[in-house]
Amino acid sequence: MAQLTYLEAISDALRVAMDEDERVILLGEDIGVHGGAFKVTDGLLARFGADRVIDTPISEEAIVGGAVGAAIVGMRPVCEMQFADFVACAFDQIVNVAGKLHYRLGLAAPIVVRLPSGGGFSGGPYHSQSPEAWFLHSPGLKVLAPSSAEDAKGLLLAAIADPNPVLFLEHKNLYRRVRGEVPEGSYETPFTARTVREGDDLVVIAYGAMVHTALEAIGQLPDASIRLLDLRSLAPLDEDAILTAVRDCSKVVIVDEANYTCALGAQVSSLIAERAFEHLEGPIVRVATPDVPIPFAPALERAVLPSVERIRDACDELLAY
Amino acid sequence: MLLHRAIEERGVSLYKQGKVPGSFYDGRGQEATCVGAAFALGPGDPVCPLIRDLGAHLVKGTSPRAILAHYLGRPAGVSAGREGNVHFGDASLGVLGMVSMLPDMMPVAVGMALAFKLRGEARCALALFGDGATSVGDWHEAMNFAAVQNVPAIFVLENNGYAYSTPSSRQFVVNPVERAAAYGMLGVSVDGNDVEAVFETVRQARERALAGAGPTLISADTMRMHGHGLHDDARYVPPEQLAEWEKRDPIKLQRKRLVALGVDVAEIEAGVAIEVDQATTEALAMPLADPATATTGVFSTSEAIPLGIGLAPWSGFR
Repeated sequence: MAQLTYLEAISDALRVAMDEDERVILLGEDIGVHGGAFKVTDGLLARFGADRVIDTPISEEAIVGGAVGAAIVGMRPVCEMQFADFVACAFDQIVNVAGKLHYRLGLAAPIVVRLPSGGGFSGGPYHSQSPEAWFLHSPGLKVLAPSSAEDAKGLLLAAIADPNPVLFLEHKNLYRRVRGEVPEGSYETPFTARTVREGDDLVVIAYGAMVHTALEAIGQLPDASIRLLDLRSLAPLDEDAILTAVRDCSKVVIVDEANYTCALGAQVSSLIAERAFEHLEGPIVRVATPDVPIPFAPALERAVLPSVERIRDACDELLAY
Repeated sequence: MLLHRAIEERGVSLYKQGKVPGSFYDGRGQEATCVGAAFALGPGDPVCPLIRDLGAHLVKGTSPRAILAHYLGRPAGVSAGREGNVHFGDASLGVLGMVSMLPDMMPVAVGMALAFKLRGEARCALALFGDGATSVGDWHEAMNFAAVQNVPAIFVLENNGYAYSTPSSRQFVVNPVERAAAYGMLGVSVDGNDVEAVFETVRQARERALAGAGPTLISADTMRMHGHGLHDDARYVPPEQLAEWEKRDPIKLQRKRLVALGVDVAEIEAGVAIEVDQATTEALAMPLADPATATTGVFSTSEAIPLGIGLAPWSGFR
């Protein structure tokens, strides 16, 4: 086991996958010589060459469409959107081509699209978005969002091995902030939720960077027994883990860094209302970013992204309900 | 070409009888482009046909029976009832079914060609698209990416005068084939109604692609002889324009050539009619799609199977 940052764990996953399987190629903007805007692919060009680490023009549709083409003739392409925000430019290829290919034609499209996502560092409206909900609504796509270094590597390796299109949300604000023990070599993390912390008074359901924000919030409520569930996989959604946690705890706070309306939390809330209503001892509480673009100025950004204080207060109020 | 036209004529008839659900689109007058292009491909060269390219499916080996079953939404058809009329392709034969957003298959073709180049395989990828598609960003992204990577791709523009009701004059000022030079790519125009000319142009493009000389844009100039679909009476097309192009019907043109060579075309025509009749009877007798299958197969649950190898009937490949 090595101590790696979240970013190093992702780089390691790419290196391991490329070492093991020559079908794995990387496509993206500035990923070669420059090593990527965040340096996730640093060193991979030197190790694997320009045929497998491909610097592309600024053409997100061509990156994802090209990946689909390579995938359906036997390759395992991993694309990088320089920022998750730019996936909007590739939306058509992801939703209309990749996501529907197997249902329509029985043809698998094993591609991974890496999305450096999320805010918290004054990236402004176009470098801070959490676009996962756009894809959760669209059939045929898997959507992953690791919160730890170990899961980042294991989920990325599992995504590359999966025969379906997978969107991999890697939170930019975790890249160098989060560090942990990461197994060496190859291993796959299942597309299921993980209990980060046990408890039975209340469960906080979160994913990505919000797992860490929630953990800090829970730490400020030492008298309560609060469970924390890290979803890890948003599609498929681990419904059993969610329902079990709600049955055990009876109170639930759902945290999204994404904008409130139709965020994953809305789906989780709906699931609980439909299938665990009788186990609830209070309203389902949601904490999310309001329906605004992510502003640049630190004071404004802090005012919209779910904070430790907002999550703590939401838990506190619900515990007293 | 005869089979292409005969199957579509049967499709029109079945549609009018209410047996084909949804809408129906045909490629009357454009048979030479897709047939000529597909004939020039090797067995391992995937093709991405457009809506008026039934002939490309046939050349690759898709059976008339499977196509008619597909029109009728039968599970034994090419898309198991999941796709309508023109959005289909038999992946096991190397035919990639299009989507409605155009030209989305161009970047996909670039990706296939890129894989062939990386693996050092003597294969190329061919995508067909219309004049309207040249206005979309994907067209430019694919042209540029293909040229930058110098991949073995062939882009065939079916320049058929109209994108639904919009004439080419409202689509572009510069003929798209001239844009090829701006991307650093060879651009060639060809009579899209002359199957032998299309074949030869694509054959040369394939030869260049396999020799490492990169992608080619081919503008096959033709005319859409029917409306966009059967729901469209195409009243915006001047009748004299259609009359002029009717004289250049690709099947009539090729028929004349073959008769001069002593080929018994009437016998071929009779054979096609029997084949389409039989296929229709068989397709109509097939069971309808089972509603229980509507939610299955969204995801692949087994090892991905790549596009397969199709037929390559040209004698040069035998």
